[in-house]
Amino acid sequence: MRLLNELDQEYSLETRFGTPDAPPIDELVIEAGRTERQYWRDLWRYRELFYFLAWRDLLVRYKQTVVGVSWSLIRPLLTTIVLTVVFGKLGKMPSGGVPYPLLVLCGTLPWQFFSTAMTESGNSLVMNSNLISKIYFPRLIIIVSSVITSFVDFLISAVFLVVLMIWYHYAPPAAVLFVPFFVLLAFGAAFGVGLWIAALMVEYRDFRFIVPFIVQFGLYISPVGFQSSVVPERFRLLYALNPMVGVIDGFRWCLLGAQNGIYRPGIAVAVIDVIVLVASGIWYFRKTEQTFADVI
Amino acid sequence: MSNPAIIIENLGKRYTIGHQRAKRDGLRHAIESAIREPLTWLRSSRPKKLQQVDFWALKDVSLQIKQGEVVGIIGSNGAGKSTLLKILSRITVPSEGRIRIDGRVASLLEVGTGFHQELTGRENIFLNGAILGMTRAEIVRKFDEIVEFSGVEEFLDTPVKRYSSGMYVRLAFAVAAHLEPEILIVDEVLAVGDAAFQKKCIGKMENFAQGGRTVLFVSHNMDAVRTLCQRAILFDGGKIRADGYVDSVVEDYCSGFSTSSRQQLRGADGLAIDRVVLKNDRSQETCQFCPGEDLIIEITFDAQECLEKPYFTLAVRGQKGNCFTANMLLDGHRPKFLNGKGKISCRFKAIPLLPQRYTVQLAIKANNGRDVLLHYADIGSFIVTGDLVTYGFKGEFQTRVSEATSVVIPYEWQLPDGTSATVSLSAPVSAI
Repeated sequence: MRLLNELDQEYSLETRFGTPDAPPIDELVIEAGRTERQYWRDLWRYRELFYFLAWRDLLVRYKQTVVGVSWSLIRPLLTTIVLTVVFGKLGKMPSGGVPYPLLVLCGTLPWQFFSTAMTESGNSLVMNSNLISKIYFPRLIIIVSSVITSFVDFLISAVFLVVLMIWYHYAPPAAVLFVPFFVLLAFGAAFGVGLWIAALMVEYRDFRFIVPFIVQFGLYISPVGFQSSVVPERFRLLYALNPMVGVIDGFRWCLLGAQNGIYRPGIAVAVIDVIVLVASGIWYFRKTEQTFADVI
Repeated sequence: MSNPAIIIENLGKRYTIGHQRAKRDGLRHAIESAIREPLTWLRSSRPKKLQQVDFWALKDVSLQIKQGEVVGIIGSNGAGKSTLLKILSRITVPSEGRIRIDGRVASLLEVGTGFHQELTGRENIFLNGAILGMTRAEIVRKFDEIVEFSGVEEFLDTPVKRYSSGMYVRLAFAVAAHLEPEILIVDEVLAVGDAAFQKKCIGKMENFAQGGRTVLFVSHNMDAVRTLCQRAILFDGGKIRADGYVDSVVEDYCSGFSTSSRQQLRGADGLAIDRVVLKNDRSQETCQFCPGEDLIIEITFDAQECLEKPYFTLAVRGQKGNCFTANMLLDGHRPKFLNGKGKISCRFKAIPLLPQRYTVQLAIKANNGRDVLLHYADIGSFIVTGDLVTYGFKGEFQTRVSEATSVVIPYEWQLPDGTSATVSLSAPVSAI
C-alpha cells in the first residue's frame, strides 16, 4: 500500500512536470545536460528586457557626443557622397536613370543597418559579460536587443532618404509596400550572423578582428555603390549567396522601381540564406549558451 | 509551509582546466586541429581523454531546503559556495545531478549588476529592475519606495558615474531589496555600505524571511550569518562538511582548520604537534576574538627525540599577508631543549586587528635555523569580529573590511583646525 502511494506521488510529480499546460507554478528543474524546456517560456517572461536593453543602448549611444543623434544621419550622408563620387563619377557605373546619390543611399541604408547590427550584436555578449556572469536571463535577448538598437538608428537615418527623394522629386512605385519585407530580411540576416559571431566570440576573441574585415569587404562585395545588374549574368546566382545582395536589390526595387526588373532567384536565395542563418545561429547559440558564463 | 523549496540531488560541477583548455583557447588552434585531425575535431563535443584535467568545484552535493528557511552558506574561498549559487540562479549549468526549485528565484550575486555608468539613477532603477526580473509595472509601483529606501532622491537625475560609491551601493541594493521572489539568493552583498545601511539591509532580509520566504545567504561575516539564519551549511572542497544549527556549524567552520591540519603536522621530524588551542584573555578556548583582546596560542607537542635549541616562529596571517609574528630567531628566547611531551604558549597582547578571518602559522627550526622541522604550516584559524563603531570608528567605510591592511596600531591625527583625534583598536571606547 505504501509503495503504491509512493508510486502515485511520483506519478503525479511526473505529470506536473510533463504537461506543457500545467498550471503556472514556478517550478523549475535544473539538470545536467538538459536544455531546459523553460527556455522559450523564459524568453516570454523576460520580454520587457528586450525593450530595456535596447533602450539602454540607445540612451547611452550618444551620451557625451556633441551632435548626438545626428550621427545616424551623418554616417549615411558621408558614405553616400563618397560612394557616389567613386562609383558614379569616377567609375561611371550605370544608374538606370535614377539619380546616383539616391541609388547609393538605397544601398547604404540597409547595408549600414546590417553591418552595425552584426557588429553590435556580435560584440554584445562580451560587452555584457558582467551581466552574463552574474544574472540569469535568456542570453538571446542581448542579441536581439542590439539588433533592435541598430534598427532604431536605421529608422532615423531613413528620414534622410525621404528628404533626398523629395529633393529629387522622386515618387516611389507601388512596390514600396514591400519595404517591410526587405527590412525584415535585413533584420534576419543581421540577427543570424550576429548569433553566430556572438557565440563564437565568447570563446574565440579572434572575431573581434574578423568582424571589421567582414564589414570592410562587405561594403564592396555587396552592391552598395553600384547596381547588382553590373555583375555578369552567369555569376548572379553565385553573387546572390551574399544575403545582402537580395536585400539591397529589394530595397532599390521597392523604392526606386525596377529598371531591369527584379532578379527573382536572387531574392529567393536571400530568403533561404536568411532562414538557414537564423536557424543555424539559434541552434549554435543554444548549444553553447550554457557554457557562456564559464568561458566568457 | 514545510514543502521543500529546493531539492538538490548529487549535484556536481566540473571545470576543465589545464592543457585542453589552453589548446582550445584560440581560433587558430581550433582551425589548426580541424585541419590536422578532422575526425577528432568533429567529435570534439565528446570529452577528450588526453591532456584533460578535471576540477570538480562541486561534487556529490545533496540537500533540501524547506520553504521559509533562512540558510547561511559558509566556507573558505574556493569551497564551492559561489558555484552552487551560480547553478541555483541558472547562470551556469551543472555537470551532473539535478535540482528542483519550487518558486520564483531572484539572485543577488553582486550589488549593482547591470548598472550603467552613463545613465541616471532613475534610469538605472528601471534597467536594473528589469534585469533582475521585475516587470515595468512592478517597478513603477515600487519606484517611490525604492528611492526612499536608497536615500538618493536629490541625485535621481544625475548619472551614476558621478555618485559616491556609498550612494551607488545604496541605490543598487534598494532596487534588489524590492524584488519579491519566493526564494532569494544573496552572495556577500553586506560587505558594502555603511553600518546604518547594513542594519537596514539585514532588517529587510529579516522581514523577507518572516514573510515565509526562503533565503540562501552566503557570507564571510559570521555575525550576520548568526543573526539571520537558523541553519547553516558548511562547504569545504566542493562538498558539504557540516549542515545543521547555525551556531554549531559556525563553530565547526572556525575550528575546522586546526583539526584538519593536525594530521599533517605529525610529519614533522621527530616532533609531533599534538594539539593547538586558541584562548582569549579569560582563558576560554575560542576561535572568535574582538579587536583589542589578547590572543593566546597554546601548542602541545611531543618530541620523540631530544631537540636542542629549537626555534619557534608563530605568525598571524590575514587574507593578504602576514600581520605580526613572534619569532625566536629574532628575540632569542628559545628553549634549551625539548624532550618528550610539553607545552609552549604565546600570548599576543591586545591584537590590533580589524574584523576578518586570520590563520595562525607555525614554523620550527633547529640547529641555528638550518634544519627546518616545520615550515610555516597552518595550525589554526580564528576570526575577529566586532562592531567598529564601539571602538570610535565612524567613517563611511568602517564596515568595508579592509583585506589589504588589517593591522591598525594606535595613531593620532593632528587636523588643520588644531584638533587632534586618537584612534585605537585596543579597547572599546565605551569601556574607557
